Amino acid sequence: MAEKNLLQAIHEGLAEEMRADETVMVLGEDVGRAGGVFRVTQGLQEEFGAARVMDTPLAESLIIGSAIGLSVNGMRPVAEIQFADFITPAFDQIVNEAAKFYYRSNGAWNVPLTIRAPYGAVPGGALYHSQSIEAWFCNTPGLKVVAPTFPADARAMLKSAIRDPNPVLFLEHKRTYRLIKEDVPDEAPEVPLNSARVHREGDDITVISYGLMLYTALEVAGKLSDEHGVETEVVEPRTLYPLDKETILNSVKKTGKVLIVSEANITGSVSGEIAAVVSAEAFEWLDAPVMRLGAPDTPAAPFARPGMDAFVPDAQKIEAAMLELARY
Amino acid sequence: MTIETTGARHEALGLDEADLKKIYRAMLLARRVDERSWILNRQGKAAFVISCQGQEAAQIGTAYNLRPGYDYLYPYYRDSGMTLFLGQTPRDQLLSLMGKREDPNSGGRQMPGHFSSRDLNIVTASAPVGVQYPQAAGSALAFKMRGEDGVVVACGGEASTSGGDWHEAMNFAGIHDLPMIFLVENNVYAISVPSKLQVAGSIAKRAEGYGFPGTEVDGNDVLAVYEAAKEAVERARRGDGPTLIEARTYRITAHSSDDDDRRYREREEIEEWRLKDPIIRFEKYLVENGLLADEEQEAMEQEIKAEVAEASEYAENAPFAEPDEALTGVYAEA
Repeated sequence: MAEKNLLQAIHEGLAEEMRADETVMVLGEDVGRAGGVFRVTQGLQEEFGAARVMDTPLAESLIIGSAIGLSVNGMRPVAEIQFADFITPAFDQIVNEAAKFYYRSNGAWNVPLTIRAPYGAVPGGALYHSQSIEAWFCNTPGLKVVAPTFPADARAMLKSAIRDPNPVLFLEHKRTYRLIKEDVPDEAPEVPLNSARVHREGDDITVISYGLMLYTALEVAGKLSDEHGVETEVVEPRTLYPLDKETILNSVKKTGKVLIVSEANITGSVSGEIAAVVSAEAFEWLDAPVMRLGAPDTPAAPFARPGMDAFVPDAQKIEAAMLELARY
Repeated sequence: MTIETTGARHEALGLDEADLKKIYRAMLLARRVDERSWILNRQGKAAFVISCQGQEAAQIGTAYNLRPGYDYLYPYYRDSGMTLFLGQTPRDQLLSLMGKREDPNSGGRQMPGHFSSRDLNIVTASAPVGVQYPQAAGSALAFKMRGEDGVVVACGGEASTSGGDWHEAMNFAGIHDLPMIFLVENNVYAISVPSKLQVAGSIAKRAEGYGFPGTEVDGNDVLAVYEAAKEAVERARRGDGPTLIEARTYRITAHSSDDDDRRYREREEIEEWRLKDPIIRFEKYLVENGLLADEEQEAMEQEIKAEVAEASEYAENAPFAEPDEALTGVYAEA
């Protein structure tokens, strides 16, 4: 067992699947010789060759469209979208094509496709290297959307995504690539793509979060326990669509108070869907209004650091919201 | 003298009498199934029709070169002639027309014309125009990666060359010498918009810019299309890369049963093209070469008529899927 960061864990999961199954392949911009702009695919082309680790033209619709065509002719492609912000040219191929092949062919054609996309605000990333795009895709039956945060989960869930017979959008928070490290066991248990994870148990409030916000919320939860005696249960959906409602509702029923934190634009977000589920299905257990914390409804994180800091919720804002909820 | 010259035409292509009759029958069958679809629509039994009429030569001429169930086809919504030839039946198509459970394309989920067959490697088709091209390139890449000699044909109308997906796929196919054929069935109209407002320059010539051959053929001459497609398929199987075929044809019907084409084109124009109908032209060729006697043609018509009538009756009486079935089959199980 060795300590690995998120980036290394994803790399390892990918390489292992490629060794185990020769139909698994990688395609995208700069994934080959350069090993990806974040180095996730570093060394893969040397090991597996230029065909199985293919540098594509700079054309996202082509990347996803051709990956669909590969997937229905015996391959298991892992397509990389260099930054989630650039996924929009492929929107049609993902939402209208990959996600609908199985249903529209009455079960004849399925699309075993994994789409990796780094998302989330980073200093200097600005409008087009920062966005949290998950909500665009969490309204698409036929597609699975996952966003693991911790390295061991990410490794296991990438393997699950590659083996899944359906298209899976696999979101990786850029700022957590090197920030979060943990022991990643070689023989880790499988993580199915329908299960949330309870990171920390508590009786007072529930915080539901993912990505960098989850990492921050866990730190704040420790602080609140030490300084205020507030015990927070922290739940990570891991799979954003379809949601593991049961784990979320069980936690809310225990604490009666819930805060949902993400760095996506708040209106129409995944947080909103979670809030709706909680309101509808755990109403009688609630002791406080369902609270949400997210990015304002402005386009994206600005380039200038103060502007970015105003956009993305930070530890202070999360702490204030958690205390407000605890005291409600 | 004329007979001798034209007679040599199919022989030079390696086609014998049986081939020609098979091609002719396939074109005729496609036409008759299509015509039956319009009748069912007018009778209120089919909500929507989209036609292949006028494009049978472009479709059968190409499909005759393929190995059904091995090569891949990415059809577009007018390719009923192509899909019929590859192995779908009139029954299949009329079940789809009426949205019945047994519809092999989608179990009644999709509109007619959105073909699919796993057994025949006809990849499920969509409604947004042009999305099939990058997918087809991917399937061709898979053949190439495995060193197999499979060929992928991707079809569309001339308007499908206007969007990015077509160009992205052309570029990719050119870079990797993919075993695929871009078949553009240029039928002059995209609903109401004529090709002069759709296409700059020549579609066929664009292939040169992407580094592979592009050829323009008379899309209403089934032997000309067959010849172009034969060359393209052989080239792809050899591993020499893609070919673009622009088959110049004409859409005889309105865009669909929901379209009134009197709003945007003259009747005279359609009548002119009716004289160039690909089925009439091929019939003439066969008769002139003494390959199709009147009574044989009549017998074929009667046989097709009976087949289509049977298919129509079967499809009319077939059940719809239960409403609850619409809620299933969203995700494939591992």
